[in-house]
Amino acid sequence: MIVIDNVYKSFGPKHVLRGVSMEIPDGKSTVIIGRSGTGKSVLLKLIVGLLQPDSGTITIDGRRVDLMDEKELYEMRRHVGYVFQGAALFDSMTVAENLVLGLYEHGERDTSLLNNEIRTNLVNVGLLPDPKSLSEDGFAKAYDILANKKPSELSGGMRKRVGVARALVGTPKYVFYDEPTTGLDPITSEQIDNLVCDLTHKLDVTSIVITHDIFSVYKVAHAVVMLEEGVIHFNGSPRQLQQSPDPVVQEFIERYAMTRTADALAPPVPPDK
Amino acid sequence: MIGNIFAAVGRGVMGFFAELGRIVLLLIAVFRYVPSAFRSRRLVLEQMSVIGVSSLPLVLLVGSFTGAIAALQATNLFAKFNLLALARPFVGGSIATVVFTELSPVLTALVIAGRVGGSIAAQIGTMKVSEQIDALEMMAIHPDRYLAMPRVLAAMTMMPILIIFSNLVAILGAFFLVILKFNFTSVDYFISVRNFFSVTEILTGLLKSLTFGMATALIGCYVGFRTDGGAEGVGQSTVRSFTLSSAAILVLDAIFGYVL
Repeated sequence: MIVIDNVYKSFGPKHVLRGVSMEIPDGKSTVIIGRSGTGKSVLLKLIVGLLQPDSGTITIDGRRVDLMDEKELYEMRRHVGYVFQGAALFDSMTVAENLVLGLYEHGERDTSLLNNEIRTNLVNVGLLPDPKSLSEDGFAKAYDILANKKPSELSGGMRKRVGVARALVGTPKYVFYDEPTTGLDPITSEQIDNLVCDLTHKLDVTSIVITHDIFSVYKVAHAVVMLEEGVIHFNGSPRQLQQSPDPVVQEFIERYAMTRTADALAPPVPPDK
Repeated sequence: MIGNIFAAVGRGVMGFFAELGRIVLLLIAVFRYVPSAFRSRRLVLEQMSVIGVSSLPLVLLVGSFTGAIAALQATNLFAKFNLLALARPFVGGSIATVVFTELSPVLTALVIAGRVGGSIAAQIGTMKVSEQIDALEMMAIHPDRYLAMPRVLAAMTMMPILIIFSNLVAILGAFFLVILKFNFTSVDYFISVRNFFSVTEILTGLLKSLTFGMATALIGCYVGFRTDGGAEGVGQSTVRSFTLSSAAILVLDAIFGYVL
């Protein structure tokens, strides 16, 4: 369980978080929404100790993150997977190297174990088919092609999936997703949402998802937290969010829905002459 | 008005020392991870190849012209005062001294600062703005160990090796120039070199180059780690790394000149 208690964080004169308190239960998906610049990504980075709060406490499984030394932080992070907004894959490495870099750098040299980890997680995120659905040779060929690709050879959606697969290496207890569907088309966004749901249920992980996408909220969330100007403006279930009379919440939902509708109602492309 | 000037100067001085302090802290962090260099030998060897092997053609080019130009200036000066015949036994030795102790280490270091320092800052800066550094942290891999230590260690190792090559081609460049332009014989030249240069001069040059290499890589890493603001920030970091490294090389050279 993650407990955030009265956390403040500023960058120079800008007060990003102003007394945020919340609890994230185990085994559920908590979605954090809010406008750009309201401190969603900062909150996620505070939880994993990539940033330090100015005041307040953050506790993971009963241990204070803000008091951890470097060794304790690294130990805690081995149980946390983090999917970065732009996937943050290492450009010079192949997909396989990206996935097992952490294990390799911590001394794991057992090739069969590393290969198994790569294979399992690429299957988990749907980048490789279920091994049972293909012949052994067919699967090995598909694996070789994908595992040896560089991130620059992948599409945006595939990069995000590789980012998710990397976060799942080592079977973490928590997986954090920082805007996993940003910049993706609606179909790929839906695939990523389905993936987040599947992984939460299948692997029994605790997920925290940051998103602007209200449709992702309805699809993924057990609980929704809305940040507005550095404070928690809403904390409840997706249904409560939908039914909330709060004008700020309603404006956020309507504006997003209008953007999606506008996309859907875009004028048709004229036929070729 | 005067108060504002004092405040601005004070802020500048404090900023300088704060930055210097952070660079020293990075240096300490890098040395803390040196014992793990054998475990990370793949990373160190990769960087040795990038910093050393890939820079060699440029270093050889700069070295040969450095020697030739040093010889041209020295012999022209003696010729201007009709002292060339008198100076003939000393020309080779004086060129060797100036090349080994000053020109070769400093000019090579400046070239490496542009080529390698800028590239280190750009590479780490890009990793910083695209959250790859955070990704390393999330894998419990310390960026100082994974990124800074191999680069600093490789630069410290490869710079003296590059300087040895630079010295060799500089002496040869000077040799060809004095033979072709001033009708020296090879015996004149090499006897002069042998008689008047000392091994200490070469060692001084190598010690300098080791320090210059460390400063260049360290500043490149430091600037890279502090990059923000996307592509524009990466561009600024590249320039900043070269500027700071060049300044550091010249300041260190002055300190060496004073102390040694």
